[in-house]
Amino acid sequence: MAERILMKGNEAIAEAAIRAGCRHYFGYPITPQTEIAAYMAKKMPKIGGVFLQAESEIASINMVYGASAAGMRVMTSSSSPGISLKTEGLSYIAGSDIPALVVNVQRGGPGLGGIQPSQSDYFQATKGGGHGDYRMIVLAPASVQEMASLTIKGFDLADKYRMTSMILADGTIGQMMEPISFEDVEINSYEKPWALTGTECKRKHNVVNSLYLKPEELEKKNFERFEKYAEIEKNEAMWEEYMMDDAEICVVAFGIASRVAKNAVVAARNEGIKVGLIRPITLWPFPTAAFEAAAEKVNSFISVELSMGQMIDDVKLATKCKKPVSLCNRAGGMIPSPDEILESIRNAKKGVL
Amino acid sequence: MEHKRLTLFAGHYGSGKTNIAVNYALLLAKEGNKVCIADLDIVNPYFRTKDSEKELLSAGIRLVSPQYANSNVDLPALPAESYSLVQDKSTLGIMDIGGDDRGAYALGRYAEAIKAENDYRMAFVVNCYRPLTSTVDDAVEVMKEIEAACGLKFNCIVNNSNLGKETTPATVLDSLDFVERLSERTGLEIFMHTAEESVAKELTGLRVMPMVLQKKIFDLPDDIS
Repeated sequence: MAERILMKGNEAIAEAAIRAGCRHYFGYPITPQTEIAAYMAKKMPKIGGVFLQAESEIASINMVYGASAAGMRVMTSSSSPGISLKTEGLSYIAGSDIPALVVNVQRGGPGLGGIQPSQSDYFQATKGGGHGDYRMIVLAPASVQEMASLTIKGFDLADKYRMTSMILADGTIGQMMEPISFEDVEINSYEKPWALTGTECKRKHNVVNSLYLKPEELEKKNFERFEKYAEIEKNEAMWEEYMMDDAEICVVAFGIASRVAKNAVVAARNEGIKVGLIRPITLWPFPTAAFEAAAEKVNSFISVELSMGQMIDDVKLATKCKKPVSLCNRAGGMIPSPDEILESIRNAKKGVL
Repeated sequence: MEHKRLTLFAGHYGSGKTNIAVNYALLLAKEGNKVCIADLDIVNPYFRTKDSEKELLSAGIRLVSPQYANSNVDLPALPAESYSLVQDKSTLGIMDIGGDDRGAYALGRYAEAIKAENDYRMAFVVNCYRPLTSTVDDAVEVMKEIEAACGLKFNCIVNNSNLGKETTPATVLDSLDFVERLSERTGLEIFMHTAEESVAKELTGLRVMPMVLQKKIFDLPDDIS
């Protein structure tokens, strides 16, 4: 076993990014993700990397845009209100087809909201946020170990598909400490012939841009981009199934909610209720195949969320509304207890939805 | 253990300062002392002394924490009462200093008075399993940054090396080499080792403070994999 270290979720993201070859971090502090910036500030100067605290979130995402255009592995991180500020840049990065890793350690909203954990940026992450037709790969870690492994995965997917990968975490996983190890993972490197690295007068210059004045060209770009998205939907969906073999009720939860939900599933099993859990690890692409299969065998679904119910829409779409889907939720920084989820499972068993 | 009038716990964020401060306060209270604990952490709004308010109050310990602690209004302001800890010499005072150098600036406010009284122990809390203090060089760097920020020098080390729920007696024993080297390098004595109660029981022959009160992480239930 590799050496164990005790890390905060936020630190695990930062260390994993460095191990994935990221040497450029641009950010602006906000609770509850500040440890990412603090870690980078400490480490980057020691390894020849760049840590830069920009004057704003908008500046930092545009620094990401610039460094990525120059072919660098680059990232930024923030929390909910800060991500809202970055969305203009996210749209430009999507329109320019360049890779980036963006971390959102969510807190309660809307507006300035609070500093406690939340999952209410699900829509923003999976349905756009910024303007125009675009997608981001959205990865939802449920442990400190996954904060590390999905960060490495996120960089890989971003480079592979030339688009943004977002780590959609929450204040709990960002702040909590767990022992983890960094296994020797192979870091893929990708040729970037499109990058702005200087022509040395030996080749035609590259252009990174999201402006297309001819509608025919812009349409073509959009169609091409969506062919790529279809490929990702086919190949990159990730999920975990827990006690689903004989399940009659399916609990759906991601991130920190899934850990609480697992306890409720075990408690319900002890009462003889056949219940299982599907945990989407990629929120986009949504693991539709898992839900298509589950919809054939379970009687109902329960979406457990730290929001007013956002992922529930995707559960309904993925199951084509074949079975009823109920919501078990807390919002504004609150987390449901295992007992609250257990009560929802008991109700589902009774057919009360 | 010989107690000083004031005990200050400082260290890198996530080193376990708050947890140690509340457990040390309980230990002193159990020995019949009049104890007051102050939360001077203006950096981390999540893990606070106030999380253990109930246990501390029932042990007769006075708690001074920022007015808005554990609310969404987390102003980086110190309560006016904190100064009473420095002034009221009839009480054993414990100060939980904020994470790394930025958190330690707040202590500077009281440094002159603490030095004048000259009856204090300032402990560097360290966990060698934490990423930014896993080498002696890194730990010394953090130590110097804190000293520069608060204007007080450390005079002992608290070894809180642990791996959370995975901590075994071997985890602590394996850290001894690190903490002894740190002690040798800095010339600071090892004040004590700390470990969760059940682990501490098995560590005979070491001066270990058992951690009776354990920080709950958002009351997350036991994990199931």
